[in-house]
Amino acid sequence: MKFLCVECDQQMAFAQRELPGDGTLAATFKCPKCGRVVAMLTNPMETQLVSSLGVEIGGRTVPAEPFEMLRANVVTGGPAWSGDAQERLARVPSFVRGMVKKIYADYARERGITEITPAIMDNARTELGLEGM
Amino acid sequence: MRTYHQLTDPDRSGLLDQIGTQRRRVAERLAGVRRIVAVMSGKGGVGKSYVTAHLARALARGGRNMGVLDADLNGPTIPGLLRDSDARRTTHESPEPTSGLDGVKYVSMGQFLEEGSPLSFKGPPAESFVWRGAMEAAALREFLGDVEWGTLDVLLIDLPPGMQRYIELCDILGNPPSVLTVTIPTPESRDAVRRAMRAAVDRGSALLGIVENMVGGELKGTAGDDLAAEFATAVVARIPWHPTPDTWNRLAAQL
Repeated sequence: MKFLCVECDQQMAFAQRELPGDGTLAATFKCPKCGRVVAMLTNPMETQLVSSLGVEIGGRTVPAEPFEMLRANVVTGGPAWSGDAQERLARVPSFVRGMVKKIYADYARERGITEITPAIMDNARTELGLEGM
Repeated sequence: MRTYHQLTDPDRSGLLDQIGTQRRRVAERLAGVRRIVAVMSGKGGVGKSYVTAHLARALARGGRNMGVLDADLNGPTIPGLLRDSDARRTTHESPEPTSGLDGVKYVSMGQFLEEGSPLSFKGPPAESFVWRGAMEAAALREFLGDVEWGTLDVLLIDLPPGMQRYIELCDILGNPPSVLTVTIPTPESRDAVRRAMRAAVDRGSALLGIVENMVGGELKGTAGDDLAAEFATAVVARIPWHPTPDTWNRLAAQL
């Protein structure tokens, strides 16, 4: 996508990008000759399409992190589990692991906790009386 | 008024460069992978994931370094087939593939979702079909380009039914992968798989052969032989309802 200042017959240059937080995107472009500024405003659907390409309007300043799209856009259905917490969960016998996992996930969800760590598991065990899990 | 290609000033967003960087990232990540094989079928329910997992395990038992990428993002089953309960699983923070049964490395969307949760993306709920496919393609790109696959003899890619993910895979890889096709004996399966094989040939994929699954029971037909004759390839295995490790070893020896 490019912008042309028709009056000056000049390609407009990217000036600024804003993400208002409502799923929309605003990018401004400036004519290098006359200084006129125009804004490109995308609706949430269009913004999502750009996001799915894994590109940054205005250019990238830092390299992409691993799983950047997954991290930002996938609804995991529950709180994240730290590596240590996963290892601890893996030591729970498999026939009750699903139930135990759900108990910890519900505990975290009810308290607005986004990542379950061994410390969170300890707190849950104490508060919920789950010693041994 | 000038048109798009007549505007030649540098684009500060560098969108094409960013796409190029993504492609290089995939190529660099897969540089240690000797061979990529897509396991596909035009039809659902023929046992692609089951064949993929057991083939990977047989090759691993034979001394190969094996990886499996579960590209069925909406119905991931590979973790259930390869799970080693002691393994550390792949996460956002830990991009190493999980080590599963017989040492097969794997990654799956199932590892990123709560048990029983469907794959859903944040975003505007209305008309989500407009962008959902692009999001799924991006997820596939991240599984290829962000997972630290390391050195592998073969990376098997378990594709979902239909052709969409195969086309995305070809676009992301830049080169069409070799294809192993799975069918069941019925004429309905033959007709659906034929379309998939035709698409694969049209894209330039090499056909490694056909696995006819669920043979010897109630399912009647000659889909494997029909397709082999039509596409000048071979039926590399006929998998019975109750396969043994030898069944998989024989298939592994064909590849």
